[in-house]
Amino acid sequence: MDLVQLQRQLVDYRTSLYHEGFLDEQFTQLKELQDENNPDFVVEVVSLFFEDSERLLNELSKALEQQVIDFKRIDAHVHQFKGSSSSIGAQRVQKLCIVFRNFCEAQNVEGCLKCLQQVKHEYSIVKTKLESMFQLERQILNAGGSVPV
Amino acid sequence: MDSCNCIEPHWPPDDLLMKYQYISDFFIALAYFSIPLELIYFVKKSAVFPYRWVLVQFGAFIVLCGATHLINLWTFTLHSRTVAMVMTTAKLFTAVVSCVTALMLVHIIPDLLSVKTRELFLKNKAAELDREMGLIRTQEETGRHVRMLTHEIRSTLDRHTILKTTLVELGRTLALEECALWMPTRTGLELHLSYTLHQQNPVGYTVPIHLPVINQVFSSSHVVKISPNCPVARINSSVKYIPGEVVAVRVPLLHLSNFQINDWPELSTKRYALMVLMLPSDSARQWHFHELELVEVVADQVAVALSHAAILEESMRARDLLMEQNVALDLARREAETAIRARNDFLAVMNHEMRTPMHAIIALSSLLQETELTPEQRLMVETILKSSNLLSTLINDVLDLSRMEDGSLQLDLETFNLYAVFKEVLNLIKPIASVKKLHVSLNLAPDLPEYAIGDEKRLMQTILNVVGNAVKFSKDGSISISAFVAKAELLRDSRAPEFFPVPGDNHFYLHVQVKDSGIGVSPQDIPKLFTKFAQTQSTAIRNSGGSGLGLAICKRFVNLMEGHIWIESEGLGKGCTAIFMVKLGIPERLNESKLAFMPKVPPNLGPTAFPGLKVLVMDENGVSRKVTKGLLVHLGCDVTMVSSSEECLRVVSNEHKVVFMDVCAPGMDGYEIAIHMHEKFTRRHERPIIVALTGNTDKVTKENCMRVGMDGVILKPVSLDKMRSVLSDLLEHRVLFEAI
Repeated sequence: MDLVQLQRQLVDYRTSLYHEGFLDEQFTQLKELQDENNPDFVVEVVSLFFEDSERLLNELSKALEQQVIDFKRIDAHVHQFKGSSSSIGAQRVQKLCIVFRNFCEAQNVEGCLKCLQQVKHEYSIVKTKLESMFQLERQILNAGGSVPV
Repeated sequence: MDSCNCIEPHWPPDDLLMKYQYISDFFIALAYFSIPLELIYFVKKSAVFPYRWVLVQFGAFIVLCGATHLINLWTFTLHSRTVAMVMTTAKLFTAVVSCVTALMLVHIIPDLLSVKTRELFLKNKAAELDREMGLIRTQEETGRHVRMLTHEIRSTLDRHTILKTTLVELGRTLALEECALWMPTRTGLELHLSYTLHQQNPVGYTVPIHLPVINQVFSSSHVVKISPNCPVARINSSVKYIPGEVVAVRVPLLHLSNFQINDWPELSTKRYALMVLMLPSDSARQWHFHELELVEVVADQVAVALSHAAILEESMRARDLLMEQNVALDLARREAETAIRARNDFLAVMNHEMRTPMHAIIALSSLLQETELTPEQRLMVETILKSSNLLSTLINDVLDLSRMEDGSLQLDLETFNLYAVFKEVLNLIKPIASVKKLHVSLNLAPDLPEYAIGDEKRLMQTILNVVGNAVKFSKDGSISISAFVAKAELLRDSRAPEFFPVPGDNHFYLHVQVKDSGIGVSPQDIPKLFTKFAQTQSTAIRNSGGSGLGLAICKRFVNLMEGHIWIESEGLGKGCTAIFMVKLGIPERLNESKLAFMPKVPPNLGPTAFPGLKVLVMDENGVSRKVTKGLLVHLGCDVTMVSSSEECLRVVSNEHKVVFMDVCAPGMDGYEIAIHMHEKFTRRHERPIIVALTGNTDKVTKENCMRVGMDGVILKPVSLDKMRSVLSDLLEHRVLFEAI
């Protein structure tokens, strides 16, 4: 595919992500922070997010498998996750986190487990999407073009 | 007959003679006896007669004389010796008494005579007193009349009533036949019969004012007797009527303008009316002195009363006029207000209406530019964008100008960095200048203060406009911009003699000069440069674009800044120098404010808004920490990251200006850090500004933050613009509590 087509594809993809609610304003803000001093800012932040999220999700799974469930700890983790996802602009994930926290407060194990599944699901979706987007961007850069803002 | 010893009469008794003597003596005696009786009777009647003793004497004398004559009756015939003795005694007594009386009379008669003189004297005196009494009475009466007349005259302020009353009362008091008043006409050349006593509607008699008799009356302040035949006295149309004595008096007509403080009206009044008074012709009356006096006094009073009436009339007229004018002005004001309101509404609507499509055009054209276009299409889009930008600028200019027209434009005064303004202008102009291969140089005087108080945006607009013009109208060469503080002796400019800038303690005059080597301006066009919408005739200029508003707006801004702007040019083709001076304030020098003031850069400029600002970020969440750091690094800050409160307290120092901490994580108390930091840094300006970042949207969080002494709370997520404005607000005000 040639450069212009790639660029168009990227723009379309990005627009769809916003449109479908995977990403929100915050992601745009992140992109604004990227400049010649910080060329890979977004990628770095998103990568950090991925790492952090993997860790958090593992912790959550472990915590919910315990005999005695420490809701406080779960709440703390979910809170963290919520913070991270909102910093990235992963809107859907963030919303789920809010729901998750409500269940935690209610100490509803079933709800929590269900939420965890949903969160994991959403997270994997958004991760995939972001990775595809980054791949497109890399392709464009390799083709010698500039990434449209 | 024998001769006897008795006395014999000499002649033989003549009976007739004797008889007559006898009778005469008898009557004499009778008279002599009755006179004293009468005297006594009358004296008894009158009590005041002072000479009783004289009367007694006189009476005694007369009685004795009578007795003598009575006794004489017996001596005609033979009488005895007793009779002779009695006769002798009587005669003796009579002689004595009469002598005494005679002697008395010598004393008395002068007295009596003097009584007569005194009586005459007293009579004269009485007559004199009578006369004087009469005089006093008449005077008093005159006075009474005058008072009454004055009262009547002064009891009204209506001119007509005053005059009519005067005539009526005078006529009554003095019992005049006729009384007339002649007023000068408007031209002042004639006297017009205005009021008479008996004629109801005086027909328009006029007499010329320069008659000798009238002059005579006018030149004297007293009443003057005039001839009954003169024209002013002939007011009765009947020819046969000739009035009695006629007098005339002048009545000064005082005018408002005659009342000068140092100069009493006698000297300046020129207009008189003539009052003519006629006595009845059938009585032989003459004008008495007191009557003339009365007339004079009345005339004076009338003059005063008339002047009062005149003044009152004038003031009433003036007041009515003022009221009318007030009403008219009020109406005009309301109309003007309505017009202004309508205009403002129109502008507000048009503002919005015009900008919305403009915004759409510009936004969509710029978006269009981003898409894939053929070269011709790109060219077209670029032209559209350029034109719409121009149009947008024009709309803004027009709206600005109309706001300036009605004076609603006010400068936003604040402290700003002067050097930064110039640098920015330079940055903006450099691209265009380099395209045109123009060399731009900026020269800022060393004594130019770095910070100044003024309207930064408009000052920049002005400088940009002037420099832009210089660039626009130069094809090649160089442009030099120089700025310095205007010194007192150089402040006067020959072109602007009314401009007297006075530098003071808290302000200075910025002098900016922009010199270019472009096409210049011919001297006769220079005044037109600052006129709105006026273009010079030169086609070259017309082709370079420009609406003609720019310099007009600059001039308005410069005027608002109490300055002056002008352009000098040697002529066409010889370049142009634009010079302006504006008044800027000198900011106060406080250490704290120096620290707090960071140069404010307009948001559409580069990212280095807060160069080198040391910031500490504390956030447990790695991702949000990284994002916050990214934000702050983008704004040019020097960011230190910590992930726990202990680390935060360890690392924080007074080099950090701001500390951002996340307080929404449960289990970690960001509040404690704030308290610890307050303890650590006791002096306010050493302590960094503590700001809480939180995703919690409840009041409790905010209250907690305020309670522990945090300087600000910001809601996550923070956009770039928000972070920028937050930082600038914080650094300026040291406090920011976002409305949660």
